[in-house]
Amino acid sequence: MTDNKTSKEQKYDRQLRLWGDHGQEALENAHVCLINATATGTEILKNLVLPGIGVFTLVDGHKVSGEDVGNNCVSITIFSKPKVTYMLNDVVLILQNRAQAATELLQELNSDVSGNFVEESPDKLLDNSPEFFHRFSLVIGVQLPESTYLRLGSVLWEAGVPFLICRTYGLIGYMRLIVKEHTVVESHPDNALEDLRLDQPFTELKHHVESHDLDNMEKKDHSHTPWIIVVAKYLEKWYSEHNSQLPKNYKEKEAFRQLIREGNVIHHIQRILTNENGTPEDEENFEEAIKNVNTALNPTKVPSATEDIFNAEQCENITSQSPSFWLIAHGVRDFVRNEGNGKLPVRGTIPDMIADSDKFIKLQNVYRDKAMKDAAVVSKHVEALLQSVGKPPESTSEQEIKLFCKNAAFLRVVRCRSLAEEYSVDTFNKDEITSCMYSTDSEMVLYLMLRSVDRFYQQHSRYPGVYNYQVEEDINKLKLCVNSLLQEYSLNVNVKDDYIHEFCRYGAAEPHMVAAFLGGSAAQEAIKIITHQFVPFNNTFLYNAMSQTSATFQL
Amino acid sequence: VADSEVPDCHSKVRITSSPRFTKRSSIKCICCSSLQFLLDTCKILVIGAGGLGCELLKDLALSGFRHIHVVDMDTIDVSNLNRQFLFRPKDVGRPKAEVAADFVNGRVPGCNVVPHFKKIQDLDETFYRQFHIVVCGLDSVVARRWMNGMLLSLLIYEDGVLDPSSIIPLIDGGTEGFKGNARVILPGMTACIDCTLELYPPQINFPMCTIASMPRLPEHCVEYVRMLLWPKEKPFGDGVALDGDDPTHIQWVFQKSLERAAEFSITGVTYRLTQGVVKRIIPAVASTNAVIAAACATEVFKIATSAYVPLNNYLVFNDVDGLYMYTFEAERKENCSACSQVPQDLQFPPSAKLQEILDYLTENASLQMKSPAITTTLDGKNKTLYLQTVASIEERTRPNLNKTLKELGLVHGQELAVADVTTPQTVLFKLNFIS
Repeated sequence: MTDNKTSKEQKYDRQLRLWGDHGQEALENAHVCLINATATGTEILKNLVLPGIGVFTLVDGHKVSGEDVGNNCVSITIFSKPKVTYMLNDVVLILQNRAQAATELLQELNSDVSGNFVEESPDKLLDNSPEFFHRFSLVIGVQLPESTYLRLGSVLWEAGVPFLICRTYGLIGYMRLIVKEHTVVESHPDNALEDLRLDQPFTELKHHVESHDLDNMEKKDHSHTPWIIVVAKYLEKWYSEHNSQLPKNYKEKEAFRQLIREGNVIHHIQRILTNENGTPEDEENFEEAIKNVNTALNPTKVPSATEDIFNAEQCENITSQSPSFWLIAHGVRDFVRNEGNGKLPVRGTIPDMIADSDKFIKLQNVYRDKAMKDAAVVSKHVEALLQSVGKPPESTSEQEIKLFCKNAAFLRVVRCRSLAEEYSVDTFNKDEITSCMYSTDSEMVLYLMLRSVDRFYQQHSRYPGVYNYQVEEDINKLKLCVNSLLQEYSLNVNVKDDYIHEFCRYGAAEPHMVAAFLGGSAAQEAIKIITHQFVPFNNTFLYNAMSQTSATFQL
Repeated sequence: VADSEVPDCHSKVRITSSPRFTKRSSIKCICCSSLQFLLDTCKILVIGAGGLGCELLKDLALSGFRHIHVVDMDTIDVSNLNRQFLFRPKDVGRPKAEVAADFVNGRVPGCNVVPHFKKIQDLDETFYRQFHIVVCGLDSVVARRWMNGMLLSLLIYEDGVLDPSSIIPLIDGGTEGFKGNARVILPGMTACIDCTLELYPPQINFPMCTIASMPRLPEHCVEYVRMLLWPKEKPFGDGVALDGDDPTHIQWVFQKSLERAAEFSITGVTYRLTQGVVKRIIPAVASTNAVIAAACATEVFKIATSAYVPLNNYLVFNDVDGLYMYTFEAERKENCSACSQVPQDLQFPPSAKLQEILDYLTENASLQMKSPAITTTLDGKNKTLYLQTVASIEERTRPNLNKTLKELGLVHGQELAVADVTTPQTVLFKLNFIS
C-alpha cells in the first residue's frame, strides 16, 4: 500500500505542488461524465485522466465513423490500435461504439483511473432516466446540439450538478459554465498583499516592537532587524508628529521614507560607520523598509469580495443544511464584528526579509501565534453556530477553519446564470451583448454566430456548409438565421457578412488544434470545480484560433 | 481550383481564407498544393519531448505533418507521467525522444517521426538547415538562447540584404504551473529571444550569508546542506555529486536539513520541499501544456500553409483566475547581442580590472551570460584573456582577472570576442575607454 502511495506521490509530484494532497484527494473522489467522444471530448478527458480523476463515464451513442478513423484530424486516432492491427481491423473498429473504443484507450493513460461508457445518446437518457446524471461531480457536454444542451442544462440546474458545455466549431472554441453557486476558499491569488497590521498593530505585535531599541542597538543587530520592526518604529514617530494619521498620499509616503533614511544616517553618524569612500552605507534592511513603505502602510480592511460574502443571504441565514463554507463564513463574520474590531483574523505569514534567524523567527511567531488565537476564537463562534442549528461540533474540522481563516481575504464565490436565463428574451444579457458589439470584431460576434448556426441546425437538421456544394447556398440561409436571432432578441447590432461566410466555410469542422486548446482549457476549469481551488471563469469563454485571442463574457 | 473539384476528404481541412484573414489572394480553400506540401515536403523540428513536446508531436501528427524530427537529451522519469502522455510506466529510464517517436509512428499511419537522443548543441548547422520550421518546448532559457543563436547563424545576407529563403521560423513555447506563453520568431526580421531577455529575469539565488549563518526559511536550510554540507561531508564518497534524481541522496539532504532547521527553530522542511529546492522543480500540469502546445502548433500550421497571418508575436496565457490571454508585439532591440549584427558596446575606464568586464557580462540583464570566455587579437595574435570551462586554461588565465585593461595591452576600440553556452556563435564587443 505504501508503495502505491509513494509511486502516486512521485507520479503526481509536479501537480501536487499546485493543488496539494487535499486537492488531489478531491480529484480522486470525483466522478465526471463526458458526453461525446469527439476530438474535443477525448482531449478534455485525456487532461483529466492524466492528473488522476477518480472515475469517468463516457456517454456516446455514435459508432466510430469512417471520418473518425480516416481523418487524422480527429484525436481518437492517437488512441487507435497499433499500425498493423489497425489496418486489418479497420472494419471492426468502425463497427465499434465510439464510447467503448475511447474508454479503453483513455484508461491506458493512467491505471489509477476507472472508466465507464454508456452507449446511449444523451437525449435518450434524458427521455428515460434523467436522474442518471445526478450522480456526477460534473457533467461536460461536447459538440451537443442546442436542444440537447438546453434540456440537460435544466435537469442539471435542478439537481445542482455543475455543467460545462464545450464546442469546437471550425476555428472557434467555446465554453459555457453553469453552476448555481461555487465557493472557493483557496483561490491562490497571484499578487496577494501581505497582512502585516502595521497601521493598527495588535497588542502582541506592539509589545514585540517595543522590546526593540533601534537607537541603542549594536550595528550587527541594527542591520539585521526585520524591516517590519523598522517601519513600525518609525511609524510611531510619525504618528506622534501627525496626529496618529497614516501617511496617505505620495508626498506623505515620500516624507515617511525620508524619515527612515535620515534615521539610518543618524545612526551611522553616531557610530561612525562609513565605508571607505566616507559616505554612509545604507543598511540593506533599511533599504527594504523604504522599498516596502508603499504597500506596508495600506490600511487594514476587509476586501470587498469578502464583505459581499459576509452580506450574502446564505451567510446570514444559517440552517442545518448550510454548507460548511457559509457556516465558517458566518463564524468569521462574528469574529470581525466583535473580537476582530472590524478586521479579519490575522493571516499569520510574513515575507522573507533581511534579518538574523532569531529576530525573524521571533517576529514570525508573533504573527503565527496571533493567527492561531484568532482562528480559535472563530472556532468558538462556529461551534456556537453549529449548536444553534443542532449539528455536532465535529461537523467542521479545526483544519478547515484554520484554512478558511488563512484565506479569509481571498474567498471567492462564483454564481453562473442558468441557460434558461441566458436564452430567455426577458432575461438575456442585452447590455453586455450590445456594448461588446460596438466593436464589430469583438469575440461577441462569434457567440452570436454560434447561436445562429444552432438555429440553422434546428431548421435544417444539419450545420451549414458541411459539404462543399452546400457552402454557397447556405450563406443566405445562415444569414436568415442571424437576422431572425437578432430580431427575436431585439438586438440592434451589426454582424458583418464576413463572419457569415466564415461560419459557412467552417462546415462545423473540428480541427485538432482547436480541440486540443479547448481540451486543456476545459480540463483545468473542471479541475477548479472539483477541487474548489483557483477561480473558474464566469460564464462564457470564446477562443479564436486565427487571431489567437479570447474573451470571457457573463451572459 | 474550383470548389466542386476539391475532394471531399479536404472538406474538413477547408478553413476560411476570406481577404480579411489572409495576406494573399482570396482563394476558396487551402488548395491541394498547400495541403500536399504539408503532407509530403514540410519538415518540422520539435525541440524537447517533454510536457510541451509530447503535445506538440501529437498536434502536428494529427494535423497532417508527416516529416517531423524530435530532439531531447533526457530519459523518462516517473514524475513525467502526469502529463507526458506518450510515455508509460514501463518506459521509465528510456530516452524521451525515442519513446515519443515510436508511439506516434505506431499510432498515426504515414507519419514519420525521427528521434534524436542528443543535446541540441550536439547537432550542427547542416542538421538544422534542413527544416522549414522549428518549434521549441524547452525548459531552459540557456537552451532557448542557443537555439535562437543557431537559427540566426543560418541567415544569409547578400550585400547587407537578408535572403528570406534562409529564414527558418522559430515558434517557442514555455509553461510554468498555470501560466504559459507562445511566441513566433522570424530570425533576422522580428524580435528574437535575446531581444527580450528581460522577460526572463535571472534566477534568484539566496545570498551566501543567509545560507551560511542566518537561515530564516526552510529553503535556506536545504540550500545550506546542498551547497555547504554536502561538499564538506561527502556522504556518498569522494567526488560523488549530489544527484537530485537519487532518492537516497535526497533523503540524506532532507535529514540534514531538518537538523539545520531545528537548530534555528525553523519549521516547514518536508521531503517534497527538499526535493523541490535541490532540483529547482517547476510545478506542471497537463492542461497548461495542452493549451500552449496547441497555440504553438496552430502557428506552425499557419506558417506552413502560408495562408494566414501568424501571431504577431508574443502570447501570454494564465488560467489561475478564469482564463486570460494577451498578445503583444515584442520589439527588436537595436543593439541586440544576438540578432543586431552590431558589435556590443563595452564602456570601461582603462584602469578597470578584467574581472569587472566578466561581472558585467554575467550580471547585465540583457546579456546574462553563464561562463563567458573572452578572447582578443593582440600583436596580430589570438589571445585568450579568460576562459572558465577548461580547468588548465582557467588556472593560466585567472591572474588576468586582477589586471587592468591597460595592463593587459587593450586599447580604445579593441574588439573582444566572447563565447558562452548561451550562444552558438561568439558575440563581438567593442571596448570604449571612458575616463
